[in-house]
Amino acid sequence: MAIPPGVSERDWTAAIKEFEEAVGAQWVFTSSEDIALYRDAYSPLWGEPEERLASGAVAPDTTEQVQRIVRTANTYKIPLYAIATGRDLGYGGSAPVLSGSVVVDLKRMNRVIEVDDKRHFAIVEPGVAYFDFYRHIQERKLKVWIDCPDPGWGSVVGNALDHGVGYTYGAYRDHFGSHSGLEVVLPNGDLVRTGMGAMPNAPTWGEYRYGYGPYADGLFSQGNFGIVTKMGIHLFPQPEAYVSGTVTVPRREDITPLVEVMNYLEHTGVTGQPNYSSPLARLARDPELVALASKPGGPVPAEVDRFAAQRGVGSWSLELQFYGGAKVVAAQWEFAKERFSAIRGAQFTDGHSYRLPMTPDEEDKAHKVAFGIPNLAIFAGGARSEQNPSPRDGHVFFAPVIPKNGEAILEAMRAFNPVVIEGGLPQMASWFRGPNTWAYRTFVWLFGLPVSRSNKADNKKVRDVMERLIQVAADRGWGEYRAAPAFHDAIMNTYSFNNNALRRMHETLKDAVDPNGILGAGRYGVWPKHLREARGRRA
Amino acid sequence: MKIRLLFLVMLVAVGSRAFAQTADVKRGAEVYQYWCASCHGPQTGTPGTTALAAKYKGEKPAVLDRRTDLTLQTVTFFVRNGVSVMAPFRKTEIGDADLAALAAYLSQKRP
Repeated sequence: MAIPPGVSERDWTAAIKEFEEAVGAQWVFTSSEDIALYRDAYSPLWGEPEERLASGAVAPDTTEQVQRIVRTANTYKIPLYAIATGRDLGYGGSAPVLSGSVVVDLKRMNRVIEVDDKRHFAIVEPGVAYFDFYRHIQERKLKVWIDCPDPGWGSVVGNALDHGVGYTYGAYRDHFGSHSGLEVVLPNGDLVRTGMGAMPNAPTWGEYRYGYGPYADGLFSQGNFGIVTKMGIHLFPQPEAYVSGTVTVPRREDITPLVEVMNYLEHTGVTGQPNYSSPLARLARDPELVALASKPGGPVPAEVDRFAAQRGVGSWSLELQFYGGAKVVAAQWEFAKERFSAIRGAQFTDGHSYRLPMTPDEEDKAHKVAFGIPNLAIFAGGARSEQNPSPRDGHVFFAPVIPKNGEAILEAMRAFNPVVIEGGLPQMASWFRGPNTWAYRTFVWLFGLPVSRSNKADNKKVRDVMERLIQVAADRGWGEYRAAPAFHDAIMNTYSFNNNALRRMHETLKDAVDPNGILGAGRYGVWPKHLREARGRRA
Repeated sequence: MKIRLLFLVMLVAVGSRAFAQTADVKRGAEVYQYWCASCHGPQTGTPGTTALAAKYKGEKPAVLDRRTDLTLQTVTFFVRNGVSVMAPFRKTEIGDADLAALAAYLSQKRP
């Protein structure tokens, strides 16, 4: 039996008994077989002594049970680590940051408490997956959309708290940004509600997020200051129609005006999520293009332009998406075309046009997340297929935030591609890709670095590449927005303004709110006092 | 009299077992729809189906609940251990009773 670090066998036995009394013995897991289910299946430390492993798990069904668990943990100094649906794959899965923690598995708390399709908000518990939320809304024929990330089994609450992102309109794509109000069990077992929830019977908890006084919600995102047991979230009213269209521009350096025009359109609320790509990606194995891309420092724009012109393709494509009244979206696409026509040689292609809701046939073929329909299609990126006969076991994400301009796109390739090539992952280096556009006001330049459950040397290579990528990004003032536990400290070290003042403030708050340091030790680089020096490393 | 009673008891026992199996399979189908079909179903955008099509190249059905060779043990193993990019499922997701039902559904003999 695994025992949390620094906890006596007697205290561990007593704590387990209290956990069982709180939630029922069948919802306390301590056997090695059950604990194994809480390993991060995508851990870059799989099978290593440093792999983050739980010592047990406890699965409450109610907020009151969460409070009892937290109080017990304080009594016996048991480290806890909360997960929602536990499917944050690539960013840690269901494993804790500190080995030996007891995972508080909130999956059973899966109630949709309220959905209002006139004022467009909902209140949900952390075990509610996007699949559940969507089904709840569809079964009741409510006229609201959710904004979901790619794998639909993620938690609405957990994804927002991890700063997860989606696919529709900017404000909704930022899932924490569109949350409104939290219910939180604090590390001492006390219960708080934030925003309007702090006022008994307030009807606006899910709508006005600030309430009154200092805004505390941010502490509970990527944080270890409490266990969130309810959350409000704003919802997108079901639009009448959807139209998409594509702009293609001829030259590599057209990326700068392309992004500028797109930013104007997106930030004035004209469009939904933009999707950048390069038609040259389809020709990436052409020997002539391979030769151009292999030059030190990457391809020379003028040479790429000549190649693209010879092949009759553009350098960049941008898909625009419009949601709203049928007449409005058609006019918005025309307006967008006018704006992009300022770029010499810009060409336009009409895309999809749907009256919403879509027919089942349309829905089957659609990019479902763009319509708030949760699914698992994204796993095609790593799973076995005809093109990928030797699938990976998973991936770990490198997710730096970069400026929303063309220069940053070109610089990201020049900065990161040599690192992955020199690090032995040349397949990750593309000179003909676009940025990731989930975040509203910035780009993310995502790499899904492959991990293995059988090859430790490959994982070591990935960890080394990741450490280097983090530094190369930080040299440019680019920091990651989210990461797997193995990299939390390395990344937090780069957020170092004024001698890491932000982390020092987090630590001051941590010591005040969680004096026994029982909750989420090490999460996003915030360690409790007694583990701060070693940062979770065992003696 | 005793023989008649014994016969009746046996009949009830067999009937209960058959009922239990039917109930298991019905619940198993629900579990399959909830947890598996979004990746292993026949519709577009199901990486599990794509993966099994690439693996078996037509030797076996790519859609999981059309397979005839799955056993209770195989289903249980993959749910609790995962494979490739499919992570294992915890007991708060698919409990032991639901896993038994799922395995019963997927291992039932199909025409």
